Amino acid sequence: MEKPSSFTTDKQTEKHSKFFWTLSDSWTLTKRSVKHITRNLDQLFSVALFPMMFFLLFRYVFGGAIDTGNISYVNYLVAGIFVQMLAFGANYTTMNLAVDLQRGIVNRFRSLPIARSALIVGHVAADLVRNIVSGLIVIGVSFLVGFQPVAGPTDWVLVFGLAILFSLAISWISAIMGLLVKSIEAAQWTGFIVIFPLTFVSGAFVPTETMPDALRFFAENQPLTHVIEAIRGWLVGTPIGNSGWLAFAWCTGIIIVAMPVATWLFRRKTLQ
Amino acid sequence: MVSADFGISLLSTHGTGKQGMVHHNRLIENQAPAGNAIVVKGLIKSFKRLKVLDGIDFVVKQGTVLALLGPNGAGKTTTVHILGTLLLPDGGKALINGLDVVKEANRVRSLIGLTGQYAALDEYLTGTENLHMIGRLYRLSHRDIKRRTRELLELFDLVEASNRAVKTYSGGMRRRLDLAVSLIASPPIIFLDEPTTGLDPRSRLIMWNIIKQLVSSGTTILLTTQDMDEADNLADRIVVINGGKIIAEGTADELKQRIGSERLEITVSEASNFDEAKKVVDEDGLHVDSKRRTLSVVTKGGVHQLKQVLSNLDEAGINVESVSFRSPTLDDVFLTLTGHTTEQSKGETKAQQEG
Ligand SMILES: Nc1ncnc2c1ncn2[C@@H]1O[C@H](COP(=O)(O)OP(=O)(O)OP(=O)(O)O)[C@@H](O)[C@H]1O
Ligand SMILES: [Mg+2]
Repeated sequence: MEKPSSFTTDKQTEKHSKFFWTLSDSWTLTKRSVKHITRNLDQLFSVALFPMMFFLLFRYVFGGAIDTGNISYVNYLVAGIFVQMLAFGANYTTMNLAVDLQRGIVNRFRSLPIARSALIVGHVAADLVRNIVSGLIVIGVSFLVGFQPVAGPTDWVLVFGLAILFSLAISWISAIMGLLVKSIEAAQWTGFIVIFPLTFVSGAFVPTETMPDALRFFAENQPLTHVIEAIRGWLVGTPIGNSGWLAFAWCTGIIIVAMPVATWLFRRKTLQ
Repeated sequence: MVSADFGISLLSTHGTGKQGMVHHNRLIENQAPAGNAIVVKGLIKSFKRLKVLDGIDFVVKQGTVLALLGPNGAGKTTTVHILGTLLLPDGGKALINGLDVVKEANRVRSLIGLTGQYAALDEYLTGTENLHMIGRLYRLSHRDIKRRTRELLELFDLVEASNRAVKTYSGGMRRRLDLAVSLIASPPIIFLDEPTTGLDPRSRLIMWNIIKQLVSSGTTILLTTQDMDEADNLADRIVVINGGKIIAEGTADELKQRIGSERLEITVSEASNFDEAKKVVDEDGLHVDSKRRTLSVVTKGGVHQLKQVLSNLDEAGINVESVSFRSPTLDDVFLTLTGHTTEQSKGETKAQQEG
């Protein structure tokens, strides 16, 4: 066929399966969100700096007064700080999604023939990338202040596997929060009111034994504690009990429930 | 630089009947009444108890421009959002190339480009990155995306800024990039919500030229505006809406026949009696703006009319500050069609809603 002028072939979009395009849309929007991390370094810094502050605070200010039995407080603390950092880092999906929804850009995405979940997947994946970077920073710094893990290669793989799953689980819950809040300001504090109590009423910073009964029951059975106990066990050899498989089960369960809920909310919210 | 001839080939070539546009030809076959790219019938939309669209009907023929002309709050953006699959109507029907915007939203989405009233860009990405991202989401091939991005950046005079983050762009640059992004997949139908609001005269002309180029290459355009002059300049047909209802419809010439094509405007000096002046200038289609102390009438007799009006005023001892000829504004359209200005009509619809 004769080659017609400039644009006649334009509308011939690539032919691929629906599944391919769902992945492609998600990938395109993941690249976008990851670029945001490098263009907006504030977020990366605050994700890494905030836990560092806690780390030093607990290590040097409160640490002396906390009895962690036969392991040093630093070794006890690292798992808690690490998981808290993951939780706060994974919570950025709430903010970033709320910002997108407030700005005009969401209308652009919605007027495109793309997979509805792609925008959320993009933010969730970017949180994961940011968490991997800040996670490595946190672990690196912990070595500087006296962290001495006993973990072997399998333990490290388990630690990172669970960390990734946990980050995804929190991000998908955060996506739901981001879709429910009415303003960007609200998005900023919802993360705190959910994640602060969860990280403090847990075995993250102090052993749960000294808490009042009701609080202790909650602290010992909520998912964050299982994640922390499992990671601590793999890192420094404390007893894990059922926490290992319970942590994986909780995270998987949360993802399985939160993913379709978030996608459904997005659809509903963006079509009135 | 934006040159005077943009090169029509840069823009899309819809409706030229060329072979090879498989997708496009299929869509033409799908159209129920041949030639109508957009069909809107009895569109109704309310937000809570506020009725925003109250039975809107119009059609846009393929390859033509329709301007939705109306004041703030008329329902222009709401109409565009329903057509752009961003909002669900409460009643009525809207078809894009014969496809229902509600039932076949996803197929409609691959036919349209929407440039909203406020720029829908990613602030942290560069101009090029914005174009690449949306191109890929439109599912173009990487090669097409690259070529198209280069062409659009050139066409919209954004080559120099293309590697800068959008947050460093000026308002005019954003508007241009926003339109460029909507054009990346050369959609056959484009919605432009107030494309020139907030642009300086030069950027406005650039935008007008691009819109004209788009039309001449076969694209169908629905644009909204508050500016009679813009509608006159760009549109084949004009639909005037107010309070969610159509109050007039026709070509620019037809509307002008009703409102007069040019107006003679007289500003009365502070010292003189404005009410007295109103009585003296008792001509056809007298529009009064007491705040600015102006009186305007439809021109008909040319110089003779001008002389007559001025001498009448002079005899009555009224001082005239300035005299000018101007084209009718949205306010003139409203005064003629509804008997009150856009401001007043807004107040009235409010009162009705509250009552
Ligand atoms: N999401 C919404 N919720 C409630 N009311 C809304 C919403 N969107 C629009 N409205 C109301 O609907 C009416 C029409 O709004 P619309 O944006 O369509 O007007 P417009 O003609 O585009 O005006 P403008 O020239 O100011 O852009 C206004 O009274 C507006 O307040
Ligand atoms: Mg509007």
